[in-house]
Amino acid sequence: MPFLEIRDLHVTFPTPAGHVRASDGVDLEISEGDSLCLVGESGCGKTIVALAVMRLLPHSAIITGRIRFKGEDLLGLGESRMRRIRGREIAMIFEQPATCFNPVLTVGDQIVEAVRVHGERSRKAARERALELMSMVGIADPIKRYGQYPHEFSGGMIQRAMIAMALAFEPALLIADEPTTSLDVTVQAQIIELLADLKARLRTTLLLITHDLAVASTLCAQAAVMYAGGIVEKGATRRVFKSPRHPYTQALLAAASGDGSGVIRGSVPELTRLPEGCRFHPRCPRAQDICREAMPAIEDGVRCHLYQHSGVTA
Amino acid sequence: MREVGEAMGPIVQALKKNRLAVIGAGILSVLVFIAVFAPYLAPRDPVELNLAERLSSPSWDHLMGTDAVGRDTLSRIIYGTRVSLMIAVVVTMIEVLLGMIVGMTAGYLGKAVDEILMRIVDVLLAFPGIILALALVGMLGPSLTNLVIALAAVGWVRYARIVRGSILSVKEERFVESARAIGCGNLRIATRHILLNIVTPIIVLATLSMGTTIISIAALSFLGLGAQPPMAEWGNMLNEGKPFMEKAPHLMIFPGLMIMITVLAFNFLGDGLRDVMDPRLKEKVEV
Amino acid sequence: MTEDMVQFIARRLAISIVVMFGTVLLAFFLLSLAPGNAAENILRAERLNDPRLGEVEIFMEKHGLNNTMLKQLGQWFYMLGHGNLGTSFRTNEPVTEEFWARFPATFELAAASMVIACLIAIPIGVLSAVKRNSLLDHGSRIFALWGVSMPNFWMGLLLILIFGVKLGWLPTFGYGGMDHLVLPTVTLAIGMSAILIRLQRTSILEVLNANYVRTARAKGLSERVVIGKHAFRNTLIPMVTVIGIQFAHLLAGVVIVEQIFAWPGIGHFLVDSINAQDYPVVQGFVLMIALFFVICNLLVDVLYAYLDPRIRYERGR
Repeated sequence: MPFLEIRDLHVTFPTPAGHVRASDGVDLEISEGDSLCLVGESGCGKTIVALAVMRLLPHSAIITGRIRFKGEDLLGLGESRMRRIRGREIAMIFEQPATCFNPVLTVGDQIVEAVRVHGERSRKAARERALELMSMVGIADPIKRYGQYPHEFSGGMIQRAMIAMALAFEPALLIADEPTTSLDVTVQAQIIELLADLKARLRTTLLLITHDLAVASTLCAQAAVMYAGGIVEKGATRRVFKSPRHPYTQALLAAASGDGSGVIRGSVPELTRLPEGCRFHPRCPRAQDICREAMPAIEDGVRCHLYQHSGVTA
Repeated sequence: MREVGEAMGPIVQALKKNRLAVIGAGILSVLVFIAVFAPYLAPRDPVELNLAERLSSPSWDHLMGTDAVGRDTLSRIIYGTRVSLMIAVVVTMIEVLLGMIVGMTAGYLGKAVDEILMRIVDVLLAFPGIILALALVGMLGPSLTNLVIALAAVGWVRYARIVRGSILSVKEERFVESARAIGCGNLRIATRHILLNIVTPIIVLATLSMGTTIISIAALSFLGLGAQPPMAEWGNMLNEGKPFMEKAPHLMIFPGLMIMITVLAFNFLGDGLRDVMDPRLKEKVEV
Repeated sequence: MTEDMVQFIARRLAISIVVMFGTVLLAFFLLSLAPGNAAENILRAERLNDPRLGEVEIFMEKHGLNNTMLKQLGQWFYMLGHGNLGTSFRTNEPVTEEFWARFPATFELAAASMVIACLIAIPIGVLSAVKRNSLLDHGSRIFALWGVSMPNFWMGLLLILIFGVKLGWLPTFGYGGMDHLVLPTVTLAIGMSAILIRLQRTSILEVLNANYVRTARAKGLSERVVIGKHAFRNTLIPMVTVIGIQFAHLLAGVVIVEQIFAWPGIGHFLVDSINAQDYPVVQGFVLMIALFFVICNLLVDVLYAYLDPRIRYERGR
């Protein structure tokens, strides 16, 4: 049984401009102890999937589908049960870590909060645990840092603090949303190393969300590529990145290699007006007639008519 | 000018959707109508005494009753609409004009002039508005003219700040630099940009401030420092009606009601305008 | 205290001093606006008939109204330096004494109103934001809109009519025990709470969108803690500063309410003095009120700097 299983997830937001289909039929599975990265450009809906798992989407969102965690359907759970899962069994770290801390409370205070929310601990024990966590993530001089405010932390340091906060209960599943994006390159490498190390030591299952393919390939064994709210290709990271099959993945990798070969004409569609058929077809260099009419099904890890056994040949 | 007109279209459209703003605009239209056509609408002369009928309750003859010297309250209310609206408009116009002059001077000339003018603004803001207006009218002598002077002298500061702020931000914008590099009439470009920038906040502020201005006019008249009897003004009428609270409460109720309705209407409209013109203040959908 | 904070306070202090100087000047020039002959008018009011020829001169000499503008300005600063704001034309008591004699009454009224307003407005504002578009929310927003549109002197009059005259439950004028405080306080508190409800609501709504609120939820905290500890705490700083400033405004705005309820405070005396053309009082009181205002604003600034850790503690220690 997969550890985390997302089936046919649809997330829609009603807005004055029309219905935004942020997530349009997403299927994903992660096994226990494994690591999956969800890659794609900004606005393709990756964060929405993560927020859906955590049930942190705004009330106006319309969510259908199934999200099974250790067999339980998270979407069907009551709020109080879900609250017990958040932070304890599933934890999430967000991008722009500096804004994720309350500016008027000390960092130590907020880490302790995470420690005390799910367990009965005295103040003293909670503080000890918080300091322990801060050392674990590599924050130097934790006692001094404990009493400081978020604005006194550097970018890398506050990211570490957020990781410490998330790992307070050694959650079974960690969701990391763009953990390296707002950091300097040297600090990025440190954070990646930290995450890899923690993952190995605590045997955490990791769902990584990023648009940085290098980070993805370093940390994750599995990969899923998203475009305009849907998954277009998935499989082992090594295979997907080395021999991409979907035209979008190919273009993405070519662009990432930096040799100027991956320019895709056109731009990402508005989520209120998605194209008919395959979402990528208006920009695809290998589009066929059928691509305009019908959305291909996922077969063998790729959603493209070119690879359908029943249809067009590559 | 054309751009302002073009910009107005979608604003009015968006405004129509805000029910409160529409109600506000509707009420205001009625009030303006009353003010303009007062002589035709008022059943009687507002200053005509009729001691025989003094302090009578609302009846078919006098829909809002009569006051202590027999004047018809309804007619006085109608003429009072004229006074309040007109004075409020005049005060606001002077405030905006003064504010623009000072703001532009401070903004364009900058440095020392700016510092001095802004310190003066700070000094004026150090006095709570109504107190300074009170004192000014007190010193100048109670009359409607002095009321206008006092209120305008206190209220222009807010507009000056907006205008100056807009000029300062335009000064820093790159396109003015680049336009200057090409040698365009940078003054003209900058001025046009500035004017377009300040029109919106000034309109919003003016509408929202109308309510406060009307209350101030009524308050000062209530204290005997504004409109003088026998002029019919809502604040005045409240003051005159005060001693007869027990016997003739209607004298106190109707003028106050009118003040409240007028201010409500301006606030509805002003809130709506602000929501439409400053969408940053509206809530966003999280995606 | 950090460099930043010291600099911040020093700057605000410097500006305040300049502003106070300006208000002193302004208060002085206020007097020069008085038309006609103040001396004549006052003497006429006192004697109930036209003053005799020499009397006006004597009066003017006595109050120094004969000197040149510059000399009078000098006298004014001299007086101020000695804490002397002149003498009331009417009562012949020093203006400062008249001021301080009445200050407690005004302060009591303003403080009571502010406390009541906060007690009402803060919880309602928070709940209104949290349960957006609920009945409570719509109700409180209507109340708030009505509250700021309602002229407070009319409110006072209506309250007197209903509770004093018709129902006879509460006394309608004068100073005395608790029950004398009720009606004027309610009058002021309604307007103030309307402002505060709107502000609290908007502040919470803004904060609810913040990343740290989402993170707090992600940690599994209950909604009550998320709102109470994280969201609300962050609205405290802007709320406290606005409350401070509004309090200063309130102290001045009680003027009309004091008049209606015959409350023996500063405002009442000021209005009476204006009507009686007692210029030293008008000038002195206006200056005192302005000074109080400036000091209040300065205190609020300092409080703000103290409460916000971002200003209190420097970056990147």
